[in-house]
Amino acid sequence: MAQNYYQKEIETMPVEEMKKLQSEKLVKQVKHVYENVPYYKNLMDEKGVKPEDINGIEDLHKLPFLTKADLRDAYPYGLLAKPLEDCVRIQSTSGTTGRRVVAFYTQKDVDLWEDCCARAIVAAGGSNKDVCQVAYGYGLFTGGPGLNGGSHKVGCLTLPMSSGNTERQIQFMTDLSATILCCTPSYAAYIGETLKEQGYKPEDIPLKAGIFGAEPWTEEMRREIEKTLGIKAYDIYGLTETTGPGVSFECSEQTGMHINEDHFLAEIIDPDTGEVLPEGEKGELVFTSLDKEAFPLLRYRTRDICVLSRKKCSCGRTLIKMAKPMGRTDDMLIIRGVNVFPSQIETVLLNEGYQPNYQIVVDRLNNTDTFEVNVELSPEQFTDKVSNVLAMEKSLANAMKTMLGINPTVHLVAPKTIARSEGKAVRVVDKRKLI
Amino acid sequence: MAIKQLTVFVQNRKGTIVAVTDILAKNNINIRALSIAETEDFGILRLIVNDEKAAEKVLEEQGYLIKVVDVVGVKIGDEPGKLTSALDVLDKADINVEYLYAFMTRTEKHAYVVFRVEDNSVAESVLVNGGFKLITEADINKL
Repeated sequence: MAQNYYQKEIETMPVEEMKKLQSEKLVKQVKHVYENVPYYKNLMDEKGVKPEDINGIEDLHKLPFLTKADLRDAYPYGLLAKPLEDCVRIQSTSGTTGRRVVAFYTQKDVDLWEDCCARAIVAAGGSNKDVCQVAYGYGLFTGGPGLNGGSHKVGCLTLPMSSGNTERQIQFMTDLSATILCCTPSYAAYIGETLKEQGYKPEDIPLKAGIFGAEPWTEEMRREIEKTLGIKAYDIYGLTETTGPGVSFECSEQTGMHINEDHFLAEIIDPDTGEVLPEGEKGELVFTSLDKEAFPLLRYRTRDICVLSRKKCSCGRTLIKMAKPMGRTDDMLIIRGVNVFPSQIETVLLNEGYQPNYQIVVDRLNNTDTFEVNVELSPEQFTDKVSNVLAMEKSLANAMKTMLGINPTVHLVAPKTIARSEGKAVRVVDKRKLI
Repeated sequence: MAIKQLTVFVQNRKGTIVAVTDILAKNNINIRALSIAETEDFGILRLIVNDEKAAEKVLEEQGYLIKVVDVVGVKIGDEPGKLTSALDVLDKADINVEYLYAFMTRTEKHAYVVFRVEDNSVAESVLVNGGFKLITEADINKL
């Protein structure tokens, strides 16, 4: 198929030129951060690194890492590199104050982010002739705003649906002939199932492409969604810490995601030693923002396990590719597109007067994540009335929903019934088999 | 006056009830009455036994969640309409019955009904005033 690019010069730039561009940007960015982010300046000083020591991407390894713990310590303004007067937007992840990521954007940062999403939409075959239905959540979550902005940049007729209300999604999709759908893969699968139930055949559905991300999904799931909706399904990757969706995106080859490496410099490191690994080796993905003004994280450890590849791509893009993340180096779960840490469940239990004896069980049923939390009941809480126990389950589920933004099913269980392995309780059972 | 009910939390799974009754049997504890409230996930067993202290001890040792609660027991005639008249008495006094269960006896021509209510003493006095005879721990032990 004929290839279109949103920013051809960048997307097909010879690798050596790209490295030169990255080097120039890195030198400037390190200086900007050193001068404006005392938190990171301290980290550099402790390591004995000065901005003058960074003369190109070959010196990247000298810089200290940033982790989620740093984001917590510096919350909310500690990593901000621009005065608030210059910022126009914040986006955030779900979670408690301790776990929540609040990212700041200048207008230029928003533009850059939207360009990244525009590249993804064009790579999926999008143009100003398309009707782009954005069914990611809008609001603090980056999914909706990111793809919405990208869709505008491409010139698509944008349907800012947000997530949920599937009946209305289908009505707009069919009445207004939406050609591109952007949402989480599980929601795409759900919309597909609903269309099928309503008697739609794949050829009756106007969609031609889907851009799906924010949660792990398998090749099998991709094929199933493609079959049900009669589309080609493209993966997209991103995280609020770096910008949101569009850090990397898939092209027609569907063999990994091109990283927008003119903005986000990627490395793979050994998660235990921090040592940089050569291309093709599996390790933790680390990003350095080269252009972001307000919230420029240098060497941010994503905790995603990944592989990078410079293998020539049939789409003509020279941007380095990352494989679908193969797991995490921490205990974070992604459930229905939402980041969930077991410690958040623990916090809710302690707040609500329970012992932190729990187990999270995640599965995928009909392409939708199920999310159950088993909690051991203590003798003080047990009553002889069924209605009391049910009310306790409901109230716990509500408290968890408030904390996480998604609704679990809570089961109160008898003490010491949660599986323990070598004396240590098994906190997470993930049956989804996504990798 | 109230009688003691042993309440046991169990998962709604195959074999959980027999596990409880087996422990009681092995410890020579006799079940006088048993009622089960179940949901999809869990069940709550409500038992009247001949020695609730011993039952509580052995089940707790096995890791069960146990609660002993006071319930009101009354003796009613084993004939149609008697349960209705007992419920009428409680209803007229505006007493909400959380749950109840009934059991027959071998020796007497009576049925026993166990009521779980918010305030036992109020329920007991209206039942007595209504002409009902309450049962006691001693009655249970004589069964």
